[in-house]
Amino acid sequence: MAHAEGPQHSILPKSDVARAEEHQQHPISVYLWIWGLLFVISAFSYMVDYFHFQGYLRWSLILLFMVLKAGLIVAIFMHMAWERLALVYAILVPTGALLILIGLMSLEGNYTFLTRGTYFSPSPSPAPVVVKPH
Amino acid sequence: MTNPALLAPAEGLQGVVADWSSDQRAFKKVPWGKAMMWIFLLSDTFIFTSFLVSYMTVRMSTTVPWPNVSEVFSLTVWGTSVPLLLIAIMTFILISSSGTMAMAVKFGYEKNKKMCAILLAVTAFFGASFVGMQAFEWTKLIMEGVRPWGNPMGAAQFGSSFFMITGFHGFHVSVGVIFLLIVATKVWRGHLDDERPGFLTGQKGSYEMVEIMGLYWHFVDLVWVFIFAFFYLW
Repeated sequence: MAHAEGPQHSILPKSDVARAEEHQQHPISVYLWIWGLLFVISAFSYMVDYFHFQGYLRWSLILLFMVLKAGLIVAIFMHMAWERLALVYAILVPTGALLILIGLMSLEGNYTFLTRGTYFSPSPSPAPVVVKPH
Repeated sequence: MTNPALLAPAEGLQGVVADWSSDQRAFKKVPWGKAMMWIFLLSDTFIFTSFLVSYMTVRMSTTVPWPNVSEVFSLTVWGTSVPLLLIAIMTFILISSSGTMAMAVKFGYEKNKKMCAILLAVTAFFGASFVGMQAFEWTKLIMEGVRPWGNPMGAAQFGSSFFMITGFHGFHVSVGVIFLLIVATKVWRGHLDDERPGFLTGQKGSYEMVEIMGLYWHFVDLVWVFIFAFFYLW
């Protein structure tokens, strides 16, 4: 590949650029299927609340349906499944870095909660009066 | 003078390295407007993540119980209280608008001007009805005494998180509706077929514009998926 590289190739003629761009062309059934799937998954995530699932079951179901919906929208509706990896990574890798922010801030939130519980929580009984010995 | 890298571009990880190190445009086979919309959406992702992360932090750190969201957003229909009814309807409307948008892009590339414009208008209609329902929801909560600095149902941070997150999302939807109506008008009048320059940028009209519009609109739907999961269901 290296032998083909040269200064004359760095600026492409306009026709080459135009030919290099591809339109996203997919049959309509793809979109209708995904539309239907998104409806069903949304109904499922609504059911999580309707049937009052609680605790880890609730949270894992919410996350599962959320990730499925987000994945379908990005991959199919936004055509990311058919884009070149250079673009896919440019978008998804920085987004993935946000997970670190979420992790850090959940540590921080927990710490603040503990601190508030220790120092600021309204005590059920009046605080004991400390009398300093003279 | 053809570039072999264009005729048979490398795939996989080698393709990533080749694209980024090509000393040319890194995003190949994509019109620049589309790549730029993706990068704008990436920055918007960071904004919405900041909002959702700050919501997570205040919700985790408050010592006052969080309001029962399922009850706060319930609607009474024929005497029975249905939890999250309006939110569920809004979710389905936004998903439907994404469906019509995806099909508008498809018909646009097929140069089916009429179907493309109609589907864009339907998408805009769904978007406008979503904003209308959100206005109704805000009114209801404000009447019940929810304020950014406090509310009668529980933790004070509920109000500020709610107005900030849904407000910013609603603003995105509203801008999207205006954007959709402009693109629909351009399609309907045949500006994209005639490659007429736009009034703002002077760029030649083309049906890529519809796909770029679609990226923005799907992103608005995507953000709602996360708001629905973390704010309304959690």
